[in-house]
Amino acid sequence: MESLEEIKTRAEAAVPGAKIEIVPNPGPANQPSLLLDHGHAHAVALFLRDDPALKLDHCSNVTGVDWLDRKTTKKVKVKKVVDGAEKEVEEPQEEFFPGYLEAVYHLFSMTLKHGPVIIRMRTADRAQRAPLPSLTPVWRSAEFQEREIFDLYGIKFDGHPDLRRILMWDEFEDFPMRKDYREPDDYEYEPTPHDDVLEKAKQHYAPRPQLDGAENITAAQQQ
Amino acid sequence: MSATGFHELEEAPPRAMTSRIEGDLMEISMGPQHPSTHGVFRMNVSLDGEVVRKLKPVFGYLHRNHEKIGENTSYLGSMPYTDRLDYFCSMTNNWAYALSVEKLAGIEVPERAEYLRLILAELTRLQNHTSLLGFLLSDMGAWGTPLMYAFREREKILDLFESLSGSRMMCDYMRFGGCRVDAGPDWFARAQKIIDAFPRFLDEFEKLIVSNEILIARTQGVGKLSAELAINAGITGPMLRASGVNYDLRKVDGYGIYPRFKFRIPLGDHGDCYDRLMMRALEMRESLGILNQAMKEVPAGPTVNPKVKVRAFKPPVGEAYGRIEGPKGELGFYLISDGSANPYRYRVRPPSFINLTVLEDLCLGHTVADVMVILGSIDIVMGEVDR
Amino acid sequence: MSKQIDEGLRSELQKRGVWVTSTQELYNWGRKNSIWPLQFGLACCAIEMIATAASRYDLARFGGEVFRPSPRQADLMIVAGTVTKKMAPQIVRLYNQMPDPKYVISMGACAISGGPFKQGYNVLKGIDRYIPVDVYIPGCPPRPEALLHAFMELQRKIAGQKLTGDDKAAHLDREQPSEFPVPAFGAHDLEPPSNPAIFRPPQLERT
Repeated sequence: MESLEEIKTRAEAAVPGAKIEIVPNPGPANQPSLLLDHGHAHAVALFLRDDPALKLDHCSNVTGVDWLDRKTTKKVKVKKVVDGAEKEVEEPQEEFFPGYLEAVYHLFSMTLKHGPVIIRMRTADRAQRAPLPSLTPVWRSAEFQEREIFDLYGIKFDGHPDLRRILMWDEFEDFPMRKDYREPDDYEYEPTPHDDVLEKAKQHYAPRPQLDGAENITAAQQQ
Repeated sequence: MSATGFHELEEAPPRAMTSRIEGDLMEISMGPQHPSTHGVFRMNVSLDGEVVRKLKPVFGYLHRNHEKIGENTSYLGSMPYTDRLDYFCSMTNNWAYALSVEKLAGIEVPERAEYLRLILAELTRLQNHTSLLGFLLSDMGAWGTPLMYAFREREKILDLFESLSGSRMMCDYMRFGGCRVDAGPDWFARAQKIIDAFPRFLDEFEKLIVSNEILIARTQGVGKLSAELAINAGITGPMLRASGVNYDLRKVDGYGIYPRFKFRIPLGDHGDCYDRLMMRALEMRESLGILNQAMKEVPAGPTVNPKVKVRAFKPPVGEAYGRIEGPKGELGFYLISDGSANPYRYRVRPPSFINLTVLEDLCLGHTVADVMVILGSIDIVMGEVDR
Repeated sequence: MSKQIDEGLRSELQKRGVWVTSTQELYNWGRKNSIWPLQFGLACCAIEMIATAASRYDLARFGGEVFRPSPRQADLMIVAGTVTKKMAPQIVRLYNQMPDPKYVISMGACAISGGPFKQGYNVLKGIDRYIPVDVYIPGCPPRPEALLHAFMELQRKIAGQKLTGDDKAAHLDREQPSEFPVPAFGAHDLEPPSNPAIFRPPQLERT
């Protein structure tokens, strides 16, 4: 199979206007990926699926990832006046990367038996229903997996035939797999709590009425 | 009496009997508790009489947020949770996870451990396919008898697992860089006895299946899956091969030491339920072939890579996707590491979940009774579908 | 009033061909040797339950052979596997549909208290938050022998249930409820998160 750079050049030639970046993957696994832009993702996906040298017809895995806002500090050499003389001093410089949500697609080929080619799409920000184009019209295997990402991460896929919650119940309002999700307080009694369970215990046994939620059992719920 | 032997009506029936009855679609909800023992799975089915017009699966009744727990647990701490994904095949789940972490961190596995992994994976495949055939037949109305035969053989293999790893079902046996416990010569002797006795059980069981006319009538021509739809919908495993697509990860990826052994890949012609059933029966024979070849040449040596740190295991920054051919299909793990002891993102690629994408397509136009047969032939396990 | 029959007298009479028993013993003997479980498996423990009913660890010899698919015909609900919040209302509904006298066995760590999946947003931390449980079986999964032991414990419990008096069996007492309210799906959690009439964990005095 050709290298990722060659795939990128050919895809950009086949789909005019497409902006594809290569995201490197440090580490021994050696599986770098292509980052696609929203406007041309569908066309690039069709190219990847139908091109005779690639024939990536098996979309094996669709994953959602949540990247929070990150601050990194780098040490930068800066010229400063110290004790009357100009010297180069190392100063910490903060860099701010805003957070986003991501959908990663692993593609293989069943006809030509090669792969993987990994493509990614990133949302602009971590809004509640940040949109991304859906690749279900290209690979049907993405149908349930994109629904799951909508359910657990809150990414809205435009063009998906049936976008609704799949694993949680319909009235559920949160997106549980996000990194800033807080679990509801249904603390389970434990005789000797420690570590993070002790934190939960302290919150739970802080002033709360003895009857936990009994006032919510209304006649309507007694079926 | 006419020549056909039936009484023919002397006059035409009154008009009311021949006019069409105006009706509506009947919506029924099959599940989440129903006698077909695939777990808590629900289908909202719209029926026109007995014919299925629309089918929407509903799951999430066993969603145990395995992936969120994976983000809060260390790499090794997630290994027992992988047992509980596809609870029939804990050994292959462990192997898939260990393989992904080994890809992520660049760990090598010694020879003896590879042989042990392969032998246990093929034994798992045997007991999974046997159980599936037992369940499918009891769904079709054989009411438990094939299940008793199937579970009798399954118990023998589970005895082997228990004496090796300490637990019948949740083995937690693989480690990053090898296996947890070594197997002695008496374990291999017992395993060889079971493998030698298995073909006789398979012959007996196949006689129950292959020439049973109820089974043939209920499965042939039912739930046909075309090869194009199967590839596009990401179907993997015996269901894909029953539609005629030659894609088995043991041959394509050649993970572990599979390239050293000779085995064939059975393929189906029609893609209906009967082909999917027979795929499993034929795969069991191929597994026995692989096992016989592997048991002869297990080398001595360490069972785990000594360079791997067990405590404070921190793989380098990066991501990896590793996959194996599990008994139900392609089981993959996608891990993103940020250099700490817990994964940043831990994702399971579940074969049963994705194989269910085509459930509606397969069931349209068939009767309600066929729905259970089709569902049984897809071979789902809810622990994997919902994670 | 229920005075116990003198065992010596009973065996003497038996030798002469006279069999003496009490209504309570007879009633309970019939019930405990023909318990019909409900076919209700959720997760991995269900497979061990099926293995218990299969050829090696035969459950049929204890009378529990016929697993009924319908709750209207079952006496015993073996909650085998993780109970999720999405599934909890259905379990309570099934329990309500079972006719009295009914029993619940909570099989496996997940059904007792959430088990290994306790830190879960969708996992109900134990089925005894909403329905009363008679026997708990720890294990993950418990061996088939453990399920058989639990079955025998249940039989002992049934044998000891009284028909009259202040401490008579719950199903014969008009004050005791036999149906429990079904929780509803809320925006973040089930509402209510537990049923305080049933779920009364000990309160810790935190100083």
